[in-house]
Amino acid sequence: MQKVFSENTKMADMVLGNPQLLLMFPRFGMDLGFGDHSVGEVCAMNNVSTPFFLMVCNIYSNDDYSPTPEDIANVDLKALISYLLESHKYYLNERLPHIEEHLDHIINACIPKYGNMLRRFFDEYKNEVVDHFVYEEKNVFPYLEQLVNQNVKTDYKIKVFHENHTNIEDKLSDLMNILVKYLPADVYPKERIEIALDINDLSIDLMNHTLIEERVLIPFVESLEA
Amino acid sequence: MKSDKTIIIVEPSPIVSAGLASYFDDIKQVSIVSQLDRIDRMEEKLAAFNPDILIINPLLIAYDTNEQFLKICRDFSKVIPVALVTSYVDAGILKQFKDVIEINDSKQKVVTKIFNILNDNKLTQDKLESIELSNRETDVLVALVKGLTNKEISDKLFISVHTVITHRKNIVRKTGIKSVSGLTVYALLNNLIDETEIYK
Repeated sequence: MQKVFSENTKMADMVLGNPQLLLMFPRFGMDLGFGDHSVGEVCAMNNVSTPFFLMVCNIYSNDDYSPTPEDIANVDLKALISYLLESHKYYLNERLPHIEEHLDHIINACIPKYGNMLRRFFDEYKNEVVDHFVYEEKNVFPYLEQLVNQNVKTDYKIKVFHENHTNIEDKLSDLMNILVKYLPADVYPKERIEIALDINDLSIDLMNHTLIEERVLIPFVESLEA
Repeated sequence: MKSDKTIIIVEPSPIVSAGLASYFDDIKQVSIVSQLDRIDRMEEKLAAFNPDILIINPLLIAYDTNEQFLKICRDFSKVIPVALVTSYVDAGILKQFKDVIEINDSKQKVVTKIFNILNDNKLTQDKLESIELSNRETDVLVALVKGLTNKEISDKLFISVHTVITHRKNIVRKTGIKSVSGLTVYALLNNLIDETEIYK
């Protein structure tokens, strides 16, 4: 089991050892260039909740890590919601358009029958992701705020969210299979590899995003509902 | 004796043939179903017993009957040919065989070779199995991407809903694709369905 990061860990060491954590900085509004500052110092300089930042980084880089009930109880709701919103923005405004742009080249190079089909598939996937995020932003996050302010106006329960938490990773893995196994070999071989790598990164990131919702968001809300 | 795997031996020398067969006397998993001394009745016996392995002395396959032997191998592609070498045989001939048993091989060596061949073959068959969809799975896949429910597919194909679900699981396992829209792409790319039949 990998070491759990603490606030005294040097920020640069943590990131260089786990480059996937680079994705965290824009989401927390932090810039690179930490010098030798510790995680606690960098968070303080940027007005970021250190325990929450560490919790997210630990979940991202350590499969076995699960926050304790005390960790959950101390979660800063504003930080949590803002983190999730920033992640949604990143997927919708940066990752998906980037993949789509590459995919467009492939779609245009395919015979129309295959091209239309890929386009339709990707559009469906995009809509699914948008619906997923919109649902969270319209239903779950406001409910959370009401809970924290002890001003609940709906009979919504987080269990509903848990049960309807659609899996937005399936179609991504399907797209990967299609690109790797089934699309005729002669269509943009180089670009296909690039997309496949992008999809791989995105699906790892989405998996971690889901983990944060399941290991932090849901237990946090359940503790408030109890 | 009831056993899982069967062998036919084709060897001109009755002493050698009987000796090789005796190696398998106490091996329960394998039985020798027929011993021939000539190649001319081989095809008939292969059809009758449908064995797993054919052990044959390559001397019987003279160059002029090689074509005939290859044809038999093609017709009975499930049968694994193994050479029983009693004297020098051209390497080009031996290439057609999965493995070679030599006249001075010990009992243990021969039995090990046969077991390895049988296990190896099982593995490759498993691998092949996981690639292609069966006809029934293809029927289910096509119905699925046309938008039919499990119940509708079960009515249309006269199978139980449970069987439909089993086929669906196998389709996902074999193709690696989980979503119906992903399977639609798969079906189109493999020409299992026409563009006009979906997306109405």
